[in-house]
Amino acid sequence: MSKRINKSSVPNEQVEKKDPPKKTLIGSSGAVGNGNTSAGRVFDVFNYIFLTLVALTTIAPFIYIIGASFATEWELAQRPLLIIPHNPTVDAYTYIFSTNKIANGFLNSAFITVSGTLINLFFTVTMAYAISKPRLRGRNFVLNMVIFSMFFGGGMIPSYIVVANMLNLKDTYWSVLLPGAISAYNMMIVKNFFQGIPQELEESASIDGCTDIGVLWKIVLPLSLPVLATFGLFYAVGHWNAYFGAMIYMSGAREKWPLQVILREIIILSNASAGDMANMDPEFVQPPEQSVKMAVIVVSTVPIMCVYPFLQKYFVKGVMVGALKG
Amino acid sequence: MSTKSGAPKAFHGTGREYWRRLGADLIRDRWLYLLLLPGFIYFVIFKYLPMWGIVISFENYVPYSGIFGSEWVGLKWFEYFFKFPSWTRYLINTLLISFMNLIFYFPAPIILALMLNEMRSLRYKKLLQTFLYVPHFISIVIVVSITMLLFGPSGIVYKATEQVLGEAVNFMGSPDTFRWMIVGQAIWKETGWGTIIFLAALTGVDTQLYEAAMVDGAGRLRRLWHITLPAIRSTIVLMLILRMGSMLDTGHDHLILMANSLNRSASQTLDVFVYQQGLQSGQFSYASAVGLMKSLVSIVLVVSSNKIAHMLGESGLY
Repeated sequence: MSKRINKSSVPNEQVEKKDPPKKTLIGSSGAVGNGNTSAGRVFDVFNYIFLTLVALTTIAPFIYIIGASFATEWELAQRPLLIIPHNPTVDAYTYIFSTNKIANGFLNSAFITVSGTLINLFFTVTMAYAISKPRLRGRNFVLNMVIFSMFFGGGMIPSYIVVANMLNLKDTYWSVLLPGAISAYNMMIVKNFFQGIPQELEESASIDGCTDIGVLWKIVLPLSLPVLATFGLFYAVGHWNAYFGAMIYMSGAREKWPLQVILREIIILSNASAGDMANMDPEFVQPPEQSVKMAVIVVSTVPIMCVYPFLQKYFVKGVMVGALKG
Repeated sequence: MSTKSGAPKAFHGTGREYWRRLGADLIRDRWLYLLLLPGFIYFVIFKYLPMWGIVISFENYVPYSGIFGSEWVGLKWFEYFFKFPSWTRYLINTLLISFMNLIFYFPAPIILALMLNEMRSLRYKKLLQTFLYVPHFISIVIVVSITMLLFGPSGIVYKATEQVLGEAVNFMGSPDTFRWMIVGQAIWKETGWGTIIFLAALTGVDTQLYEAAMVDGAGRLRRLWHITLPAIRSTIVLMLILRMGSMLDTGHDHLILMANSLNRSASQTLDVFVYQQGLQSGQFSYASAVGLMKSLVSIVLVVSSNKIAHMLGESGLY
């Protein structure tokens, strides 16, 4: 995703207006007047076949994994190419939910995702609203501070020292919730959106005696629900998928591990060479069966697939609002 | 803008009057400052404190003594790294993955976007896009896990190549295949998502240009070359500059999942070095110094590629 900062605000309506030309363009760029040349037709056929193959390659692994997770170990060995198993079984799933480890990881991930996203939205919205007001003294200083941090950072080690040694957050949930509380890029987009809201609405509320916080809560936030949904979803997916922070900051607190860290342990480390096996939990020294591994992958991907339709509804708009020059 | 500042002053911004107005503004906006506070504190603690923490690159940092109490050693760690016999291997591995990313990973979304743009059936295009965006939202742990299950010794791809080639290819445990696996995973995961920005740029092309070109007898390829590509040129340049900034980033979170003792000679990049020395061996100062060198090179790359873009008449990043 582009990290471009859009300094002029792009209100939502503007993006929506851009849709119609897109359709006419696509309709005419390839289609008009080309269908009757044979070279054009050959190109079209090739284009359709190629793109279909690309799309299949992106989802084929998921289909295979889902199918194989319901197969017995014996069938998987006999027919490695199976898509639909002959004798489907849910043994792998029963096994997963019979061990505390994975159910616990699932709950940890859910907790981190929900509370982390709430923290993200709180920090992002409050800061974005404050610096969306041009009258605020010191605003340019804060803005430059945010932009500079998008291009230069302390790096992995100094960040680790701040979280682990200076703030003493090691082995607490805070160590994965706080360090990413604001994405500077998302915050700038929300700020631009707030700037696009008509000032008159907010002014009328402040005449009625609302403080700035009241205006934000009663006027601005209800108008920004689609934007909040977009970034809430982005943040939530980020939390659900994160493993590195939890791995380095919560290495000593197994009971707090999110699903991704457990997944790494039971699939990736158990496949690696014997040298890495020393790091492993005794419970999983015996590598689990193939179908169990596949079932774990399915279980940890299901939540993402559940929100994917909503993601798809919003993300293109989210990327365009932030990334286009306007 | 506020109108509360009162009547126009003859000498604004000087002396007592300045402070009085500053005070009035601060009181007027007290709630906004309260709203600003959490975010401001966040940036100070989690973004700027680590930047200041870079000083440990010039110290012999011991967690017990803290940043202030640790001994100052100047450029010792930088010299130490360049005296380390295999530092060139880390650099070469980093550069090889970077160049492979630049050659294969970077153009992939552009090509895919151009092909999607040529599709006539909007409904089918939308369906394909639905599939293409999925991997972006899948965690890297799952991507690597799926790869292991498919390409590992009991995986379907492993068995298929064994059948076709007659001998097994050790995809997961060989330095020869390591880079291709890394770049392949990156392409599989991000190409579809990467098309969005180029498709967005393509919507800005004026339809009349295509019609005019067709009247002039321009074929499909000519229109692609003379209209479509120039239209997205500035987006391509922009993405390329951003790419330069992360040129030396081989993605530590991706690489450490794929690295194992068998492919070590290819998986040791600067990112992996920082992780292993700093977080696994506790050599904070040494790792931080190497990380700092990497960041500085990245900044030089961004600034100079932005300059080149300006010279070529593009607006660039800033």
